[in-house]
Amino acid sequence: MMNQLKIAKKDARLYMSFMYVTFAALLVGGLMGLLQTLARSGKFTLPFGINYYTILTVHGVILGLVLTTFFIIGFQFALMGKTVGISDKQRKTGWWSFWLMLAGTVMAAITILVGQANVLYTFYAPLRAHPAFYIGLALVIVGSWVAVFTNFHQLYVWKKANKGQKSPLLAFMVVINMAMWFIASLGVAASVLIQFIPWSLGYAETINVLLSRTLFWYFGHPLVYFWLLPAYMAWYAIIPKIIGGKLFSDSLARMSFILLLMFSIPVGFHHQLTEPGIDPTWKFIQVVLTFMVVIPTLMTAFSIFATFETTGRRKGHKGLFGWFKHLPWKDVRFLAPFIGMVAFIPGGAGGIVNASHQMNSLIHNTIWVTGHFHLTVATTVILTYFGIAYWLVPHLTGRRLTPRLNKLGIIQAIIWTVGMTIMSTAMHIQGLLGGPRRSNFSTYAGGDQVQTWIGYQAAQAIGGTILFIGIVLMIYIFIQLAFFAPRGVEEFPIAEEEVDADPTPKVLENWYLWIGITIALILFAYTIPVFDILKHSPPGSVPFDWPIGRP
Amino acid sequence: MHLHKFEKIWLIFGMGSLALFLVIIGFAAFWKGTHPQSHIEIIDPENVEAHDSFKPENLGLREVAEGKYIVNIVASAFNYDFGTDADGKPVKKIRVPKGSTVLFQITTKDVVHGFQVAGTNVNMMVEPGHVSRLETEMKNVGEFTVVCNEYCGIGHHQMFATVEVYE
Ligand code: HEM
Ligand SMILES: [Cu+2]
Ligand SMILES: [Cu+2]
Repeated sequence: MMNQLKIAKKDARLYMSFMYVTFAALLVGGLMGLLQTLARSGKFTLPFGINYYTILTVHGVILGLVLTTFFIIGFQFALMGKTVGISDKQRKTGWWSFWLMLAGTVMAAITILVGQANVLYTFYAPLRAHPAFYIGLALVIVGSWVAVFTNFHQLYVWKKANKGQKSPLLAFMVVINMAMWFIASLGVAASVLIQFIPWSLGYAETINVLLSRTLFWYFGHPLVYFWLLPAYMAWYAIIPKIIGGKLFSDSLARMSFILLLMFSIPVGFHHQLTEPGIDPTWKFIQVVLTFMVVIPTLMTAFSIFATFETTGRRKGHKGLFGWFKHLPWKDVRFLAPFIGMVAFIPGGAGGIVNASHQMNSLIHNTIWVTGHFHLTVATTVILTYFGIAYWLVPHLTGRRLTPRLNKLGIIQAIIWTVGMTIMSTAMHIQGLLGGPRRSNFSTYAGGDQVQTWIGYQAAQAIGGTILFIGIVLMIYIFIQLAFFAPRGVEEFPIAEEEVDADPTPKVLENWYLWIGITIALILFAYTIPVFDILKHSPPGSVPFDWPIGRP
Repeated sequence: MHLHKFEKIWLIFGMGSLALFLVIIGFAAFWKGTHPQSHIEIIDPENVEAHDSFKPENLGLREVAEGKYIVNIVASAFNYDFGTDADGKPVKKIRVPKGSTVLFQITTKDVVHGFQVAGTNVNMMVEPGHVSRLETEMKNVGEFTVVCNEYCGIGHHQMFATVEVYE
């Protein structure tokens, strides 16, 4: 990690292209989120006859799939370029991945906006969207695979040139995340290419609904780890530098990434606990595997707080918590991710509830779930991404994060925290009271029970409005950092190891071993149940167009 | 790999609580039998009437023994079919006495739906080709809204019914 490479202008252009899409997605998706909360308050009707589920599909696809994937791939390209370098050829394939993903996004977006794909971002069969929607999604996935193989190649080339040396930590982490993404996305790719596209085009008459859901969730859970791992990269290897400290432990960081790789994929059944066609024993086994991520999560928490403390003590702050006061609270590059870490405590606790075999039945598909992932993804992950953008964007554009922009950033992080606390708390409570997720405003039978939900929906509208203000502010800061801030040099903060650090065991870089174990776990968790699903499969389902408003 | 002393304590504590959670969940599931619904029973979604429980005359609430009920339901976008009442009108509300045991049996003719009796643990996915079943004891008095909690199309929020538990 000693040798930090300089980022050339032409490389920076590639990385920034991903950032432009990210922040455009934030604005569009955030506007949809605002409209959703307003519509659900019951006091506001969507204009121009726009359907609630159209905007909900836009929101889920744009924020859940587009914003995250573009940010992650752009950030990871920057990390690779900085630590192991990028060749002309790799930059070219990098652009291929960008254009493929963008083409797919535009295709899917148009299909959604003209009302031909009101299927939400989970696109459950047998609701049938227009084929262009599925083809667009397939292009996004294929584009991301081009990035996967480019990253693999970057590390491979570096390894060959630096025989016997351990890979830079951040490059190692990027490759783990991409390996996970690739293995996981094979599931949805198979489902989209083999099941959905032929069926939506009319070449296959029916679809196996349970199989398609199983393949979706095989991907859908690792998807959230794909969002989370870049945040972990920043927590492990970047935040220590920002607070003026060193990497806590290179081996520990690698070990926890390996564990996350192994335990993020064979667990999709915890999203399918209340489905009728899956054997309960296998559901339980996947619940157990789900819980294993507690271990790397605790390792991460330990390591981060240890860095905070060691750094503070080294600077001479005494007492049990003296070091805590002296963290750089006024530096948005630290504050935004720190709030994200704090939000992860209730977020993670909620996740344990969700994954628990029996507690799941109280909250399954209620708006509690939406509250949960607005804490984890839309707070923990997104605030960390913002924290990264505050130095990455000016670094790439050759500008500076001025004190004024830093201050606006702090205000932004606080607005986000307030808005999200209100919105997600209201969602959690309403969910415990039974309020369903993914629902337009409705008084149902008008009973007393429903009355209690509507008050919380009003609270969500207040939280959503505050959040939207935060989004507008973020967009303003982004535009400033990208185009208008004064020219200068902004640091690309990468923490170094302690001088006397223990050497990292070689086995941690044995890719065959870790990917082998991952595949073995996946085969263990999925082979028999999938075989069961195929063996006990009912007659397939014909497509349904009208329930989503297609003629 | 070197682990710091506090980290070892932290991890042992963490893994210990993890093991405890899993034992509790496993005990409840395998000894108390509170597995989530998983019957792996299949049905033709285009001909649900072929199944005895889902013949039109068998839909809705039926008392099968003292304090024991079965409710058969066919879901479709955007309706729960609980059969018809004496006047031939569709039933939208069922009533059971407090403390009764109710077995809900439901399937769908078209897309995926949810079936949740809000405020209780009755919560299941209803998928084409499968029969979903859950038995429960209605312990609390009140009116509970049944909501479809899996997105099933643009009328999703209009799909509901009511379960009343009386004293
Ligand atoms: C202005 C900020 C935001 C607001 C007001 C907002 C609001 C909402 C609301 C009300 C829902 C639930 C709608 C329903 O169940 O009917 C929702 C769903 C969702 N939100 Fe957000 N959200 C915001 C930001 C985000 C961000 C930053 C992300 C992700 C990075 C995100 C990802 C999602 C996803 C994936 C769903 C699920 C959609 C679905 O269930 O199909 N949201 N949001
Ligand atoms: Cu429904
Ligand atoms: Cu529904």
